[in-house]
Amino acid sequence: MSIEVLMPALSPTMEKGNLSKWLKNEGDAIKPGDVIAEIETDKATMEVEAVDEGILAKILVPAGTNDVPVNQLIAIIAAEGEDISKAGNAPAAAPVAVAAPAAAPAVHASVPATAHHDIPAYDASGEIPHGTEMVPQTMREALRDAMAEEMRSNDNVFVMGEEVAEYQGAYKITQGLLQEFGPRRVIDTPITEHGFAGIAVGAALTGLRPVLEFMTFNFAMQAIDHIINSAAKTLYMSGGQMGCPIVFRGPNGAAARVGAQHSQDYSAWYSNVPGLLVVSPSNAADAKGLLKAAIRNPNPVVFLENEILYGQTGMVPKMDDFVLPIGKARIARTGKDVTIVSFSIGMTYALKAAEELATLGIEAEVIDLRTLRPMDVDTIIASVRKTGRCITVEEGWPQSGIGSEISAQVMEKAFDYLDAPVIRITGKDVPMPYAANLEKLALPNVGEVVEAARAVTYR
Amino acid sequence: MAVAAKAGSQSKSSPGKSAASRGARTLTRRSNGPVALSRDEEVSAYRDMLMIRRFEEKAGQMYGMGLIGGFCHLYIGQEAVVVGMQMASAKGDQVITGYRDHGHMLACGMDPKGVMAELTGRSGGLSRGKGGSMHMFSVESNFYGGHGIVGAQVSLGTGLAFANHYRNDGRVSMTYFGDGAANQGQVYECFNMAELWKLPVVYVIENNRYAMGTAVSRASAQTDFSKRGVSFNIPGEQVDGMDVRAVKEAAERAIQWCRDGKGPYILEMQTYRYRGHSMSDPAKYRSKDEVQKMREEHDPIEQVRRRLIEEWKVSEDELKAVDSHVREIVNAAADFATTNPEPDPSELYTDILR
Repeated sequence: MSIEVLMPALSPTMEKGNLSKWLKNEGDAIKPGDVIAEIETDKATMEVEAVDEGILAKILVPAGTNDVPVNQLIAIIAAEGEDISKAGNAPAAAPVAVAAPAAAPAVHASVPATAHHDIPAYDASGEIPHGTEMVPQTMREALRDAMAEEMRSNDNVFVMGEEVAEYQGAYKITQGLLQEFGPRRVIDTPITEHGFAGIAVGAALTGLRPVLEFMTFNFAMQAIDHIINSAAKTLYMSGGQMGCPIVFRGPNGAAARVGAQHSQDYSAWYSNVPGLLVVSPSNAADAKGLLKAAIRNPNPVVFLENEILYGQTGMVPKMDDFVLPIGKARIARTGKDVTIVSFSIGMTYALKAAEELATLGIEAEVIDLRTLRPMDVDTIIASVRKTGRCITVEEGWPQSGIGSEISAQVMEKAFDYLDAPVIRITGKDVPMPYAANLEKLALPNVGEVVEAARAVTYR
Repeated sequence: MAVAAKAGSQSKSSPGKSAASRGARTLTRRSNGPVALSRDEEVSAYRDMLMIRRFEEKAGQMYGMGLIGGFCHLYIGQEAVVVGMQMASAKGDQVITGYRDHGHMLACGMDPKGVMAELTGRSGGLSRGKGGSMHMFSVESNFYGGHGIVGAQVSLGTGLAFANHYRNDGRVSMTYFGDGAANQGQVYECFNMAELWKLPVVYVIENNRYAMGTAVSRASAQTDFSKRGVSFNIPGEQVDGMDVRAVKEAAERAIQWCRDGKGPYILEMQTYRYRGHSMSDPAKYRSKDEVQKMREEHDPIEQVRRRLIEEWKVSEDELKAVDSHVREIVNAAADFATTNPEPDPSELYTDILR
């Protein structure tokens, strides 16, 4: 009985990866623990180990193949005593996999393999010069470029955090920075969030500009005293004398299947605090333009990223210095019937829902907040005055959430324009469960947004 | 007789404990007894300590009159620590401490009027009335606060040292904290990183024997704070923090260690606060005799005063002139802090962001 080797997943969020190299040839004997291949994504590299014993009968996906889907059959190991020549023809395996990779020869594409027409257009709404060339880039690359550009132009900027240097970033956001800027400016820390956050804030009080990476914002709870008490309040407490130019950044919110302690959305927490700026981009271009702005800003900025969005490709303007304004929302889609306000990964639900609603004849206006503090309330209110309806979408918890704030603002500033109550679509009021089905239930979904829009438009 | 050390003696009486930790220690050491100060240094130390003492007495009085609100933690008794440290430090070196911070600000040369007016919450205060007793800063004087969260200043102070190291500018961060803060977790996170990265920071542990109302022995498994850096290979010393000469001498050694690029250094200053933890503390956790004995036998200012008279033959008149000069400055600060207007209501919404 032959053994099927499938394309493994490096993380719960990986959907496909590159098969970079085979370390065994067809006909080689394989023992459990042998490394047979190397696979990689834009995030990480991993060796594939054999768990069974036998002979490597057939390699079905050649080395150098990009975008191999997780769980695709990549090789067949013949069990001891089995006829190698027949192993590949084992009935269970044969019909599926062999043909597909063979038809897709190894191509070393220099640009992401995703075709341009799949990438959502970036409506710059007047923020970049007309005719600027747009290039596809993942949010991960955009964030890295933003840091690198700011580090090139200002020696006071440095990057600090766990695994940011030698390891190239736990999520590969800092890839290549150590090589370009050296260990003075790209600093690996011990696993001591409370301590290194305080050290970075102290350095910022002297005028340096730390970009502090939290491996995820879940771990920043260890450091939240320094973010709030030391960074956010010092300017006020010093009567305007001593500022704190620092960026706290890292992935925020749920990734996938990592359970309650690794899946919390802190948007509402930080947006509650005067003295902080809070940014949370939904696409590569915003991520780049806003991170550059955050690094230049003289105030402490909490920059909330999202792991699921890291690998998503968007069009990014090719400019020497692309900087976006903090505190300005972006109208991602115009419409007249209902306003949907969201940010970060919530925009994924909002935009898909808007497409579905369009097929029902409901034109939704989708606002991407981009910055949570200061919140661009004017843009929300202007839209609600037009549509008379408002829905908010976020992955965070409902009580005292971003949606709750928007709801209150709309009631205070556009009460007379409302034709229906504001509805908040949020993560459910539970710690994040692990089970796949429960996790799906705990997060918002497109259907909920569509339903809410139909309810407020009475259709 | 006070703590006056004999040259060459290995141990000396100290307010915290008596010769607690002698014996084989590679990383912690005791100084061999203070080097004498010059006449000018003694006079200057006397004046600076007296300034803190009189300022704090006045602050206590004004608190009692309701002019100062909230918390008010007085430094009386501990004056030799910050004054001795400042005698050894150079311009550009930074100072950061916790909430018992008035003495540090005065020792850094910050305007007593500005400090007192901040205590009374007036517009002329160093933080324009928005910080209060525990939260004052001065970019000009390299004073980085004034922090109300126990232990937070240790990480921040290590960050100041990180900046010095990053800029390679030869500055040293003097990071003060108490015996209470010494038990905070972040202190040890920072000890680790400071030694790992060889950051120029002197950790000055002001052991005044009580963390609020809890005696050191009731809160600390290791009461020799000079040893707190042992597992990180940070050298430490116990210092008689009531003797400004001993403080200055140890500080010079520690600061030189940092400037030489050898990393952090710990100084446990064995000291004593005469007053309660804050103005609202009746201090029932210790006996009146204990306080009285300390004041009579170890007072840091009295020690200098006696030396000035007995060894330097300074006249009572000269000392009186110093006293009255200090009183004038303190009274002027109190007057300013009482008559200066409160901040304009428009100040409520300023200085939140730059």
